[in-house]
Amino acid sequence: MFDLKKHVKARSIDEAIALLIENPGARLIAGGTDILIKLRHGKQGFSELVDIHDLPQLRFIKLDENNDILIGSGAVFNDIIESGIIQTHIPMLKDAAQSVGGPQIRNVATIGGNICNGVTSADSASSLFALDAVLEIRGRKTKRNIPVSDFYFGPGRVDLKKGEILTNIRISQKNYKGSSGFYYKYAMRNAMDIATIGCAVSLKTKNHVLEDYRIAFGVAGPVPMRCKITEETMRNKKVSRKLLQDISQAVEKDVNPRTSWRATKEFRMNIIKELCVRATKEALKRAGEEI
Amino acid sequence: MAVGKPVKRIDAIAKVTGRAEYTQDLLKPGTLVARYYRSTIAHGRVKTIDVKKALNLKGVEAIFTFDDVPENKFATAGHPFSVDPEHKDVEDRLLLTRDIRFMGDEIAIVVAKDNIIADQALKMIKVSYQEYEPLISPLKILDKKARQIHEGSSNIVGEHEFAFGKNVDEEFKKADHVIKGKFETAMVQHCHIENHISYAYMDDIDRIIIVSSTQIPHIVRRIVGQALSIQLSRVRVIKPFIGGGFGNKQDVILEPMVAFLTLKLDGKPVQINLSREECMLGTRNRHPFFVKVKTGVMNDGTMTAREMDVISITGAYASHGHAIASAGGSKQSSLYPRMATRFHARTLYANIPVAGAMRAYGSPQIIYALECATEDAARKIGIDSVEFRLKNIARQGDMNLLSGKEILSCGMAECLIKGKEFMDWDNKKKEYEKYKKGPVRRGLGVACLSYASGTYPVCVEIAGTRIALNQDGTVHVQVGATEIGQGSDTIVAQMVAETLSLPYEDVRVVQAQDTDVSPFDTGAYASRQAYVVSNAVLRAANELKTKILNHACLMTGKGKKALDIKKGNIIDVNTDNVVMDMKTLSMDSFYHKERGCQLTAEVSFKTTANAPVFGCTFVDITVDIPLFKIKINEIINVHDAGVIINPVQAGGQVHGGVFMGIGAALSEEVLIDPDSGYVYNNNLLDYKFPTFMDIPQIHHDFVETFEPTSGYGNKSLGEPPVITPPPAIRNAVLDATGVCINSLPMSPRNLFVLFQKNGLIGSIRS
Repeated sequence: MFDLKKHVKARSIDEAIALLIENPGARLIAGGTDILIKLRHGKQGFSELVDIHDLPQLRFIKLDENNDILIGSGAVFNDIIESGIIQTHIPMLKDAAQSVGGPQIRNVATIGGNICNGVTSADSASSLFALDAVLEIRGRKTKRNIPVSDFYFGPGRVDLKKGEILTNIRISQKNYKGSSGFYYKYAMRNAMDIATIGCAVSLKTKNHVLEDYRIAFGVAGPVPMRCKITEETMRNKKVSRKLLQDISQAVEKDVNPRTSWRATKEFRMNIIKELCVRATKEALKRAGEEI
Repeated sequence: MAVGKPVKRIDAIAKVTGRAEYTQDLLKPGTLVARYYRSTIAHGRVKTIDVKKALNLKGVEAIFTFDDVPENKFATAGHPFSVDPEHKDVEDRLLLTRDIRFMGDEIAIVVAKDNIIADQALKMIKVSYQEYEPLISPLKILDKKARQIHEGSSNIVGEHEFAFGKNVDEEFKKADHVIKGKFETAMVQHCHIENHISYAYMDDIDRIIIVSSTQIPHIVRRIVGQALSIQLSRVRVIKPFIGGGFGNKQDVILEPMVAFLTLKLDGKPVQINLSREECMLGTRNRHPFFVKVKTGVMNDGTMTAREMDVISITGAYASHGHAIASAGGSKQSSLYPRMATRFHARTLYANIPVAGAMRAYGSPQIIYALECATEDAARKIGIDSVEFRLKNIARQGDMNLLSGKEILSCGMAECLIKGKEFMDWDNKKKEYEKYKKGPVRRGLGVACLSYASGTYPVCVEIAGTRIALNQDGTVHVQVGATEIGQGSDTIVAQMVAETLSLPYEDVRVVQAQDTDVSPFDTGAYASRQAYVVSNAVLRAANELKTKILNHACLMTGKGKKALDIKKGNIIDVNTDNVVMDMKTLSMDSFYHKERGCQLTAEVSFKTTANAPVFGCTFVDITVDIPLFKIKINEIINVHDAGVIINPVQAGGQVHGGVFMGIGAALSEEVLIDPDSGYVYNNNLLDYKFPTFMDIPQIHHDFVETFEPTSGYGNKSLGEPPVITPPPAIRNAVLDATGVCINSLPMSPRNLFVLFQKNGLIGSIRS
């Protein structure tokens, strides 16, 4: 039994926005895999819900006329795993979706919820960071686009104003075409766990040289992050074992993991320095490179 | 013939179709909800408590605090009553307490219409504490100046020592090598699917009915009587289907409280249904152990002397207390019985959650230390780990010098040989020499166990069986043996079918237990159930068989020796012809106006033996040093559990045990702040119970021996499979890396610290 005061089902995006404005204390619920846990724990602020679960307008994965990939915020992780578009163009996001929770969670949890929840451990976030994804947000009479890297204010705090809904995520063609990526989740269990560290690498090679290199981490700081200094340094470097060692050295300066009872900073740093190597290696493998 | 056959579980269909009824399915309409107010500190005393505001909340029926409960302290351990006052369990618990001994201690209880109102009321209760320093490490607990967690206890719950064989000190002097080791095990959880739940109501002016998810209905009845100072016969305990217990329901936890509440509330039905978080905080867990082991060994590989010194932590209340360390100590004595052995153990109170019974009851801790120490001895001498064990393990006919009993059945050596062959040990050993350097390494490990088949002679081993022939020629069986998911009802049906020569399908075991009508048995624990009940079932089935044949003689005029039962029919032994079917006989026994009567048999029997069992784990692992992770490539458990009554169920027990053992080895640990006593991870996200994705394919095998003290040659199997995976995996890590990891779990966070200490980190990166 949950202490639920109000639960209204929205039949469209517009109605959801209207309901949010009408009920200033209300929160959106989609898959509910984060919200219901908070309700179960009796957390304040979740007793009024506007339900957008299964809203067809939010549940899609498609290519637009520019060959940009559009993922509706209501797409569940299983949609992402099974999508031919994702499998062909950004398998790294499939890796990430596959690593979330267990089968039941992946059947209901949405990518939009994963992002808007605002936690650093969100498995889809680091991949979206590496892909320079853009979030399309709608309000009552507004529409704005914001890069995912600007969306996070801090733990649990994201750039969503009252009455706003994240409708879809755009990954433009230039950010995935010709790129190879890999998401490596490090957790204490192989399923049903949150990432101790998540590492997403997206890269392009030409003549065994790194043309583009992007690396993003979850749980390496208070919010998901890119390692810009490392990326700059590695661009145009030759693919080699030495390169991997250099990456491992370089990321240390970019990241900012903290000690919690779950893992110490030192532990996380050791994992970061190893994951970046393994994720890069796997991405290089997908790019057809040999090391 | 039903024994030895992989028959379908008797309750399989009921369970998979969702028709099996568990406690929560049986709640009476309008059952009130009771929720505990739990302490938020680990050590202290309640200065003030204010429940006024909460009491005024609409929907709150009542609130009780430590001021409202009976003052008689009671013991919660689910042991049979001990007629020897020296052996009584420690009585240190009240229904609610003013003295806070762990974070989560029960101060008050709210009874309300539903859980939402109850939770709102809990938030309105105001409590102020006098705080004391939490006592968590043995050093602090044993400090002379330390506060006594229970007055007069000196923080020690129990202590004992024993020795057997030759003079231990002299054997150490004579030994070619003496090897010492220190080992630690973690607090782990049972994680049964069904949390603790009980409800109670009254169906008469002086009768309390308790429906509860328990392993020990008859013991619950006695302890509730004691806790509330009411006559035992006024309490009726019903046990429906149970969603697992693993020892956590071999303790009387919620039942005295629900009985108390219904008594106070005019017999209204009241339930307590713990959340997972409460269950992981406020019920029981496995005692953490600190063990020192000293081993004396000769150059030829013979172990000659062993000394073990054990500290066991029981937490805030005694519960099973020192019995855990004591049982762990005695059950290992069959494994290497020819060594001079000395064993000393103490059990301490601490300001952490309460430890109690958990699958294998002290043996996982003791055998872990013992089998790590044995491995270290083998490596010191330079003899192969399997060869070394084969030299030292028990053989049939050895005397167990602690119990003074001969080991009548022992398949330990055969288990080791089977396991070794499965693992292709010798070839892999050679192959893995290549994988001892670099970031990813491989190793093999082995560990052995001995365990017991019950608790005799420490406790009584009593079992009851009642069998009645139905009008249609089938039988109904009632046993006190408690089905909790382990499959004991199926085993009982197979035994009855075997002795009565009935088809298995014609034997129905009454699943739900009711202390008003079920035969007496002390319940499901100590892996005793199949072993102890076998002796009662065999005798009852034989008695009924005699009665059936006597009636057949009455009907046919034939002599007793001329008839027998075969496949559910009465047959002529000379011709093998069917004389009549069982239904014809039964109808006659019930309805013939002059001859016969209802044919039933009832036997209550005390088993006065305790057969040792043996087994081992072989494991092949990969250690990923830079990620601090251990991957199991292959694992097998081989057991000598006597005659295997049902190979499929037996296999299931082994798989479940290995699963649990891998969890304890690699990831499971209740994390407690060493300064405040705060419990961090009483939930299944942060308590790293493995998922199916973390467990490799598990293999198992059996070495079937015949145990003469058992009705059907069977010995125990429920608990033993959990014991050896942790030491086998530790020994494999040692084989792979050369590093002794002497504490559990070997989780990434712990391996990180220990690899760092041993110089494995930094220099090695992939």
